[in-house]
Amino acid sequence: MTDTLVKFDRVTKRFGDFTVLKDLDFEVKKGEKVTIIGPSGSGKSTVLRVLMTLEPINEGVVYVDGRPLWHEEKNGRLVPAGEAHLREMRRSLGMVFQQFNLFPHMTVRRNLIEAPVRVLGLSRKEANKRAEELLAMVGLTDQADKYPQQLSGGQQQRVGIARALAMRPQVLLFDEPTSALDPELVGDVLKVIQQLAEEHDLTMLLVTHEMDFARQISDRVCFFDQGTVCEEGPPEQIFKTPKNQRTREFLHAVLHPNE
Amino acid sequence: MWDYLPALMQGAWITLELTFWSTLAGAFCSFFFGLGRGSRNLLLKSVSVAYIEVFRGTSLLVQMFWIFFALPLMGVRMSPMTAGILALSLNIGAYGAEVVRGAIQSVIRSQYEAAKALNFTPRQALWFIALPQALPEMLPPFGNLIIQNLKDTALVSLITLSDLAFRAESLRNLTQDSTTIYTLVLFMYFGMALMLTAIMKLLERRVGRWRGTGAR
Ligand SMILES: Nc1ncnc2c1ncn2[C@@H]1O[C@H](COP(=O)(O)OP(=O)(O)OP(=O)(O)O)[C@@H](O)[C@H]1O
Ligand SMILES: [Mg+2]
Repeated sequence: MTDTLVKFDRVTKRFGDFTVLKDLDFEVKKGEKVTIIGPSGSGKSTVLRVLMTLEPINEGVVYVDGRPLWHEEKNGRLVPAGEAHLREMRRSLGMVFQQFNLFPHMTVRRNLIEAPVRVLGLSRKEANKRAEELLAMVGLTDQADKYPQQLSGGQQQRVGIARALAMRPQVLLFDEPTSALDPELVGDVLKVIQQLAEEHDLTMLLVTHEMDFARQISDRVCFFDQGTVCEEGPPEQIFKTPKNQRTREFLHAVLHPNE
Repeated sequence: MWDYLPALMQGAWITLELTFWSTLAGAFCSFFFGLGRGSRNLLLKSVSVAYIEVFRGTSLLVQMFWIFFALPLMGVRMSPMTAGILALSLNIGAYGAEVVRGAIQSVIRSQYEAAKALNFTPRQALWFIALPQALPEMLPPFGNLIIQNLKDTALVSLITLSDLAFRAESLRNLTQDSTTIYTLVLFMYFGMALMLTAIMKLLERRVGRWRGTGAR
C-alpha cells in the first residue's frame, strides 16, 4: 500500500441549507499531483479551503498524514479540534490563492520572510537565504525589494507560490492559480508549477481550468460535480475516454466552447 | 494690536500643550479600546463598548466638569491641566476607537486567510498583517479628530485653565477691543489647525508609502 497523505472520509460541508460537499470520499497519495476539474459551484475551492482549515466541515473526517485534521482524539472519541491542533496540522499544508493574496504592505522579500521568521522561528538570515533560493527558482531575484502592486499579476502569483513554499509544506494546494491572470502571463506561472511538479516530491492538489496543463502535470484527474468525485483516473483516460456522461459533457463544453 | 500678542501667545502655548498631550493619550485610548472592542475576551470587549458609548454619548463639557468638580469630592484631585488633558483624551479616544475598529474591519478577509494559511496566530495576523494595512486608512479620520480636539480645547477655559480662548476673553474684558482680539484669535486657531493638517499629511505619506503604485 502506498502512503495516503490526504483522505476525505464521507465529508459533508454545508453553507446553510446548501450542501456543497456530499459524503465526499477522496484521497491523495504522498508525492501525487492531482488536479480537480469541474463546473463552477461544484465544490472544488471548498475542498481546498477545508484542507487549509479555512472552512470547517459538518460531517465526516479529513485525515492529513493519518491524523484527523478537524478533530482530535479524546478518550478514544473524535471531538472538534482546538486552535492548537489546527495550528499543528497547518504546518504540513500550504496554499496558493487565485487572487494571490500577497501582503501589500510588505516587499516581496518580506512577504517570503515574515512567516518563516515569526511562525517557524527561523533567523532573519536563514529566512532570507531561503527567500533568495525561492525567488531564483521562480525567476524573480531582481524583484525582491519591490512591493506586490509594482509587479505584474504573473509575477505576483509566482511570489505567492514562493511564499507558500517558504514554509516547506508537505501538501501544496493551488486554487485556480492562473484564473486571475491576463492570458499572456499564464505561461510563466504554469512553467513554475510544472517545474515544481517535476523536480520535487511535493504533494500537489490543484484546481484549474487549464485542461492542457492538467493533462501534462497530473498523475490523476478528478472530475467534481455537485460536491462529489464524479469520475477520476489518469489524465489520458479522463480526457480521451471519459466514462461518465457528465464528464463528457463538461469536457466537451470546455474544450469546444463554440460548438 | 501688538500689545495683545504676548498674552495670546502664552494662551496659544497652553492650547498647543493640551492638544499635544490629549492627542497622544487619545491615540493610546483609540488603539486600546478600538482593539479591545474586537477582542475575544468578553470583559475587555464589554469595557471597551461601555467606554466608547459613554464618552460618545455625553458632551465633552459634562465630562470635563465631572472630572474637575465631581471627582475631587470622591477624593481624586488633579490640576486643571491634568483634568483637561484627561477629559479631552478620553473624549477623542472614544471617537478614535471607532476609527481604529472600522479601519481594521476594512482589511479584506482574504488577507486573514493568507495569514492563516501561513500559520500565523490570530494575534500575529492582527499585529503584522491587519494593523499595518489599516493604519493608512485611519490617518485621514484621525486628522479630522485632531483638528476637532484642537477646537475642543477652548472648553478648558471653563475649568480655569488660561488657554488661548481664556486669554482672549480676559483681554476683551479689559480693553473691549473685541474685533481685533477675536480676529487675532481666529487666525491663531486657524494657523495651528493648518500646522496639524500639514503634519498629518506628512505622516500619511510616510505610512502609506507602500500604497503608491509605480516607482517608489
Ligand atoms: N461562504 C459561503 N457561503 C455560502 N455559500 C458558499 C460560500 N462559499 C461557497 N459557497 C457556495 O458553495 C458552492 C461551491 O463553492 P466553491 O467555491 O467550492 O465552487 P467551485 O467549484 O470552486 O466553483 P468555481 O469554479 O466557480 O470557483 C457554490 O455554489 C458557492 O456559491
Ligand atoms: Mg473556486
